[in-house]
Amino acid sequence: MELKELYQEIILDHGKNPKNKGKCLGFNHEAEAHNPLCGDKVHIYLNLDKENIVKDISFEGEGCAISLASASILTETLKNKDLNLTKNISENFLEMIKNKKKLLINSLDEDQITTLSSLSGVQEFPMRVKCATMAWHTYLSALNNKK
Amino acid sequence: MIKIDKIKSEFPIFKQKINGKPLVYLDSANSSQKPKVVIDKISKFYETEFSNIGRSVHTLAVKATNRFEETRDKVKQYLNAKHREEIIFTKGATEAINLVASSYGKKFINEGDEILITELEHHSNYVPWHFIREEKKAVIKFASVNQDGEIEIDEIKKNITSKTKIIAVTHISNVTGSILPIKKIIDLANEKKIPVLIDGTQGAPHLKIDMQELGCDFYAISCHKMYGPNGLGILYAKKKWLDILPPYQGGGGMINEVKKDKITFANSPAKFEAGTLQTAEVVGFFESLNFIEKIGMDKITEHENKILEYGLDKLKKNNSLNIIGNSKERGSVLCFTIKGIHPHDIATILDDEGVAIRAGHHCCQILHDKLGLSATARASIGVYNNTEDIDILCNAIEKCKKVFKI
Repeated sequence: MELKELYQEIILDHGKNPKNKGKCLGFNHEAEAHNPLCGDKVHIYLNLDKENIVKDISFEGEGCAISLASASILTETLKNKDLNLTKNISENFLEMIKNKKKLLINSLDEDQITTLSSLSGVQEFPMRVKCATMAWHTYLSALNNKK
Repeated sequence: MIKIDKIKSEFPIFKQKINGKPLVYLDSANSSQKPKVVIDKISKFYETEFSNIGRSVHTLAVKATNRFEETRDKVKQYLNAKHREEIIFTKGATEAINLVASSYGKKFINEGDEILITELEHHSNYVPWHFIREEKKAVIKFASVNQDGEIEIDEIKKNITSKTKIIAVTHISNVTGSILPIKKIIDLANEKKIPVLIDGTQGAPHLKIDMQELGCDFYAISCHKMYGPNGLGILYAKKKWLDILPPYQGGGGMINEVKKDKITFANSPAKFEAGTLQTAEVVGFFESLNFIEKIGMDKITEHENKILEYGLDKLKKNNSLNIIGNSKERGSVLCFTIKGIHPHDIATILDDEGVAIRAGHHCCQILHDKLGLSATARASIGVYNNTEDIDILCNAIEKCKKVFKI
């Protein structure tokens, strides 16, 4: 396994300058998680409007390049999308990481698929899988945790 | 005599390559590798002498019991304990500390009493005391770490009150590498008649320890960090405690007589060793101590200090690195951070170069919170490391910086 497949440019960029950091205004759902083994933390905030659209989404957290990039990519990908679609994307993403499946989401463009797929490099680093998946699990819990 | 510069050849694990590169193992504070003599002793025991100990009367049971008890005698001699019943086998240093916290805590710690520990403690020397704090409404006081990552004797002195019921401190910090002034702490506590537990998890693998010289009440040891088998620890407990402390766990082997209305217990060590113990592991640990003695603990300390000094010098020259702790007395631990690279990413990239280190909070969240860090990278040294390992570590650190464009 090549290290450069894990630390792709996209991941390093998101890791260094994560998007949507902080608490988004008017959030009405949130959830947090941490990995007690390494100390990584993530807290997802989102504003789900009456039409079930993710109007805004953000995260706070500390962690490695993979976990920060994963949370950053999550917020970018899911923003302004319909609730059911975000669930579908999240489940597909987790399937891709865990069972090495290709992403099959018609409503995402090629760039978005490439960005999400950049995180699949962790498949070859079993100890790092949780770094990539924690934000997505946390997002799904946030959906069930209305303020 | 085993020559220290030939030591790697005594450990079969170094024959393999990791990611195509020679293994540079810098994770001994986590667990040490095992020399062939220990592995062979365990195999031979299972092949020719294994049986459960202390129960049956057949030939194998006698052989196994003898082998097992030989290790207890060896540990007694190695630690310079006065009595063989002061040596109690546990599943690790964690269980050794839990045993003391539970047995001593139940009997001697009451509401409002104080347990004195330090901010450097591993979770295994804090969480067991937390249980007693909850159960007895006791108080845990933390001696503060200074800016160099040390615990000063005055800080201990300051925190002792008439309510202090036990002092439990680590011998060497697994993060800052500081060697605590345990002799001074024990002398001070003895003067005030407060029992002391030393968490020797990081101390015993690197320093000569002598129970008569130290004079502590309890000393906890992790055998798998002393080139010994995993799943094994030792509690040294001074004889005066053996009769007055209640048993820790109940089960076979720890009883004297069992009736429907009354149970009496065996004497130590059996009293504190309920159930079937790690037989082969105890037998194997005999060879770990032999291995250490053949080199000489003084030589091991001297060798490791040389590598540590070399490593500190080299890493300090690297401007991107921040070294955790600056204690005058330091054991084999080099914790560091690199600005702009998370310790986990450092560990993954180093692994690609065959270098094994640990990243995380190393079970010391109290200390990491105090330092304002969520994680650090830790290179820790064992008898098999040499200056070349440090050179490879430094080159691998440069690779991290390259990957992250720093």
